[in-house]
Amino acid sequence: MLAVYIVIGIIVVLLIIFLATYNSLVRLRNQVKNAWAQIDVQLKRRYDLIPNLVETAKGYMKHERETLEAVTNARNLAQQVASAGAGERAKAEGELSSALSRLLAVVENYPDLKANQNFLALQEELTSTENKISFSRQFYNDSVLKYNNQTQMFPSNIIANMTGFKASEFFEVTLAAEREAPKVSFT
Amino acid sequence: MLTISMGALLILIGYFLGLYFFDSATAGLVIALLVWAILSLIGYFQGDSILLSMSRAKKIRRDDHPRLYNVVEEMKIASGLEKMPEIYIIDDPSLNAFATGRDPNRASVAITSGLLQKLNRDELQGVIAHEISHIKNRDVLLMAMCSILLGTIVILAWYGSRFLIFGSVTGSRRSSSSGGGGGAQIIILVVALVFMILAPIMAQFIYFAISRKREYLADASAALYTRYPEGLASALEKLGASTGQLKSANKATAPMYIVNPFRKKGLKASDLSSTHPPLSERIRILRAMAGASFNDYDQVYRQVHGGKGVIPAASLAAETVPIATTKLEGEAGEPNEIQRVRETSDVMWRLSKYHTITCDCGAKLRVPPNFKEPQIKCPHCGRTHQI
Repeated sequence: MLAVYIVIGIIVVLLIIFLATYNSLVRLRNQVKNAWAQIDVQLKRRYDLIPNLVETAKGYMKHERETLEAVTNARNLAQQVASAGAGERAKAEGELSSALSRLLAVVENYPDLKANQNFLALQEELTSTENKISFSRQFYNDSVLKYNNQTQMFPSNIIANMTGFKASEFFEVTLAAEREAPKVSFT
Repeated sequence: MLTISMGALLILIGYFLGLYFFDSATAGLVIALLVWAILSLIGYFQGDSILLSMSRAKKIRRDDHPRLYNVVEEMKIASGLEKMPEIYIIDDPSLNAFATGRDPNRASVAITSGLLQKLNRDELQGVIAHEISHIKNRDVLLMAMCSILLGTIVILAWYGSRFLIFGSVTGSRRSSSSGGGGGAQIIILVVALVFMILAPIMAQFIYFAISRKREYLADASAALYTRYPEGLASALEKLGASTGQLKSANKATAPMYIVNPFRKKGLKASDLSSTHPPLSERIRILRAMAGASFNDYDQVYRQVHGGKGVIPAASLAAETVPIATTKLEGEAGEPNEIQRVRETSDVMWRLSKYHTITCDCGAKLRVPPNFKEPQIKCPHCGRTHQI
């Protein structure tokens, strides 16, 4: 009789472990999906902010037409490829980031623009959105790491293989454009 | 580990008190757990609003202070909190910040106006990251439970000692049915006495040790979220240079502030009765980190302290995380200190429901909320303004 109870006990314990690990895998995978969606939210926010920014700057920066146009074009392109593959999208977003940083570097030469309350508020929003994009990417990568650890490390990898959880990809930035620091010319 | 030892103290004191007074250890344990349960319920329903109203904190929305709101939102994203915490500004020139909230979904972060003026964006981000990691790591809940444990131990010890004194004054109430006889009685009496005197003291030290440990963990989490430990380090440096005491802090709420509101300058060693580790050490560890992960923090901590690390083993991963490239202070759009002071005082006036009228001569008129007249005269140039 005792042997039967022990076996039942072991089975119950194993079942609990299985369920706990399965739930943990589900939670982590959902967190990865959520983190990916978060990146989307921040990118979209940037699209919405930029036209306003360019309009406000245009009045003051009459001789910086190319810089402003570059920003607008990059933004439109990024919005177009929003539904394309991740690689293309990352590239477009990277281009937009560098166009923006070039614009913000040039703003330094226009003290009138820098004193404009509207512009300052917009710039704060933009800086914050850039930060949020990078933090949501960071959080996505952290979530992917936790999830991958759980799908690959023993003993949860057994359960992961049984129930079909696969490792996710990291959001790598492999663009030369984004890694490049904006060139500031002193001529 | 520390929490477990505190719980063990509670159980031990209950055990021995029960053994002495009721000849039954179980009765003692039951009473101990009952007191603990009652205190827990009281503590649970007290809520965060008491702490916030005690510190005269004012809640802000996004429009009131966009920079602060954005920084908190950025840290919310980086840490993975589900819901945005409520943000409060405390009208006080001293430099401090705290976080409350038993539940990560119902949390609040508060910061003094003095601190808001002093810090640039990276430093502010470090401080907010530290507070948010208290929320994420459920430190508020942990410290509340520990203080309830501490309170229970103190109550039991106090009542135990009173009954002991009364018991011996009104004569022996021991009957010989206690089995074991006189010898065992005395031993139990002595042990119970020892526990009643020592337990509260030991429990208090354990409580402070737990608080310090969670502070290190919060520092490490802040470095991980921001990927920039220098931000928090230089914020702590600015905090260390100021000595103004926060008017509304008291010993009960001290653990939840980012720096000990009761710190005295010059305390080098980790004072056993301090709720926070010494600032200089926190800054040193943050600046010596090679990467931004928990591993890097733990490594430096072990070098500084020798021996065991401070991060729970479950959180240590195998790989390290690179620190973000150095951020420039005074970047395009970043307000300098004078602008921050103006911005913060504008916010505080607005939150206190003052109207601001800018006169053509350049003076800013602040009209109190209970001002009844339809017009006001500028004291500088004499022009009248309609309200």
